[in-house]
Amino acid sequence: MTLPRDNAPARPSPATTLNRAPHPDAGPGDALPDHPDFLWRNPEPKRSYDVVIVGGGGHGLATAYYLAKNHGITNVAVLEKGWLAGGNMARNTTIIRSNYLWDESSGIYEHSLKLWETLEEDLDYPILFSQRGVLNLAHSLQDIRDSKRRVHANQLNGIDAEWLEPDEVAKVCPIVNVSPDVRYPVLGATYQPRAGIAKHDYVAWGFARRADVYGIDLIQDCEVTGLDIQGGRIRGVRTTRGPIAAGKVALAGAGHSSVLASMAGLRLPLQSHPLQALVSELLEPVHPTVVMSNAVHVYVSQAHKGELVMGAGIDSYNGYGQRGAFHILERQMAAALELFPVFARAHMLRTWAGIVDVTPDASPIVGLTPVEDLYLNCGWGTGGFKATPGVGWCYAHTIATGQPHPYNAPFTLDRFTTGALVDEHGAAAVAH
Amino acid sequence: MQLIACPWCGEREENEFHYGGQAHVAYPQDPYALDDEQWAEYVFFRDNTKGPFAERWVHAAGCRRWFNALRDTVTHEFLAVYDVRAKHPPTTSAAPAAPRRKDQEASR
Repeated sequence: MTLPRDNAPARPSPATTLNRAPHPDAGPGDALPDHPDFLWRNPEPKRSYDVVIVGGGGHGLATAYYLAKNHGITNVAVLEKGWLAGGNMARNTTIIRSNYLWDESSGIYEHSLKLWETLEEDLDYPILFSQRGVLNLAHSLQDIRDSKRRVHANQLNGIDAEWLEPDEVAKVCPIVNVSPDVRYPVLGATYQPRAGIAKHDYVAWGFARRADVYGIDLIQDCEVTGLDIQGGRIRGVRTTRGPIAAGKVALAGAGHSSVLASMAGLRLPLQSHPLQALVSELLEPVHPTVVMSNAVHVYVSQAHKGELVMGAGIDSYNGYGQRGAFHILERQMAAALELFPVFARAHMLRTWAGIVDVTPDASPIVGLTPVEDLYLNCGWGTGGFKATPGVGWCYAHTIATGQPHPYNAPFTLDRFTTGALVDEHGAAAVAH
Repeated sequence: MQLIACPWCGEREENEFHYGGQAHVAYPQDPYALDDEQWAEYVFFRDNTKGPFAERWVHAAGCRRWFNALRDTVTHEFLAVYDVRAKHPPTTSAAPAAPRRKDQEASR
C-alpha cells in the first residue's frame, strides 16, 4: 500500500523570497514574496497544429501528455476557454477506483488505476495519490447480492475486491455507524484497498507541466466558437483568438460536449446536469478511507489538508450554470449524518457544482466520429476524474493511430444504435 | 429554494416537482416502420440545449399533473409554463411570463 505523501509542489525557498528588507520607499505589496515559478508557458496560438485538443481539463491535458510521450506527437495545442483545469477538474471529489461491474469498464478503469500507481514518478510531480481504499456500502439484501456479484466480477478481472461484513467495515473505517438501529443499516460493503484519492489540482498541473516541456502549447482564455469541416473532414477550429488550422481535432469538453459536437453537426446522446459537492472546515484526521453509499446517496473522504469532501447524485434537471439546488445538498448531509454521526458538529465551508455530461448507459463515449480526423471524448458523467490517465493514454492512441485503443473500443458512439450498451447504472457501485 | 409556478397551483417550492426531460417528443406513429437508427433517436437521443429549453415537469407533491415549461438551462429561470397539448412557445424573451400567485388569485 502506498502511504499518503504530504510534500507540496516545489516552490521557491521562503528564505530567498521572504527575507528581503523592504525598501524605504516600498509601496504596498512590495514586501510580498515573488510569484512562484510558472509551471508552463502561456504562448500565443500558432496558425496551425497537427493536433488541436479542445478542453484544457484533466482529460485534455493527459491526452496531450501521452500524445507526446507515447507517440512523439508534439505539434499540439490544448485550447481552454477559461483557465487550465478550472472546470470539472477543479470541482470533482477526487475518488479513484476501478471496481466496475462489466469487463469493458474494468478494462479502462483498471488501466487507469495502474497508471495512477506510477503517475507521481512518471510526471516527476507530487500528486498526493493516496491508496486509502474505498468502501461501497450495502443497505439492503439486494444491495448485498449486487455487491457480491460485483466483487466476484472484479476478482475475475484481476481487480482487488472483497466483501466485508459490518464488523469488518467498522475495522476499516471506525467512524461509520454500523449499528442496526438506523433507517438504512450498514449490512456490509465491498472494499477495494487499492482505490484512493489524489490532489486534483496537482494532477492537472503535473500533466500540464510535462506537456509544456514537450513543447505542447497550452492556450488559456481561448474558446472554440466553430469547427471548420470541408468534404467530411475537419480542417481546423475557429476561436475567440482567431482561426487555427489542425490536422486532427480532439474534443474533450465534458459538460459542454453537446455544444461542441453541434458545431460539427453531430448529435450526442448526452444530457448535461449540475453535480454538486462540498467541503467541511478543516478537521483532524478522522476518516481513514473513502466511503460511498448508493442507497443513502452520499460519498465521503477526507482530503490531506483535513476537510471532509462530500458529493451526491446529480441535480435532476438539465443545467449549464455550474450551480445546483440547495435541497439536494440538504438531503446529502442528512445521509452523511446518518452514516457518520461524528460529523454532526462539523461546519460546511463551501459548496459548488460542475456540469457533467451523462449518457443513457452511464458509460463514456471515446473514439471516432462520422467526421474524418475529428475525435470524441465525452459522457464520463459523474466519474471522469479517476479515468484521467487511462483515458488520456487511450484517447492519445486513438488520435495518433486513427483507431481506438482496445480499452476504449467498446465505448463507441454507435453503440446506442447497435444496442451494445455498457450499462453501468447502479452496477458501477455509485448512484448516478 | 427556487419557486416553480405550477399552472394549476401557482408558485410552489422546487422539491415538490419532478423533472421529465425534453418536451414534445412523441411516441413513434408507426413503431414497426422504424429502423435501428430511428429507434436509437427515440430512445436515447434528446436535445441538450444550452439556453431556453422546452421540458416536462410534474407537480408530484401537489396536484400531480404534468405540464410543460420553457426554462433557461444556464440561469435556471422559468420563462413560461404551458399546457402539455400546446405548441412549443417562441424561445425569445417575448415568451409569456410564468403565472405568479398574484395573477392566479386575480383570475379566480
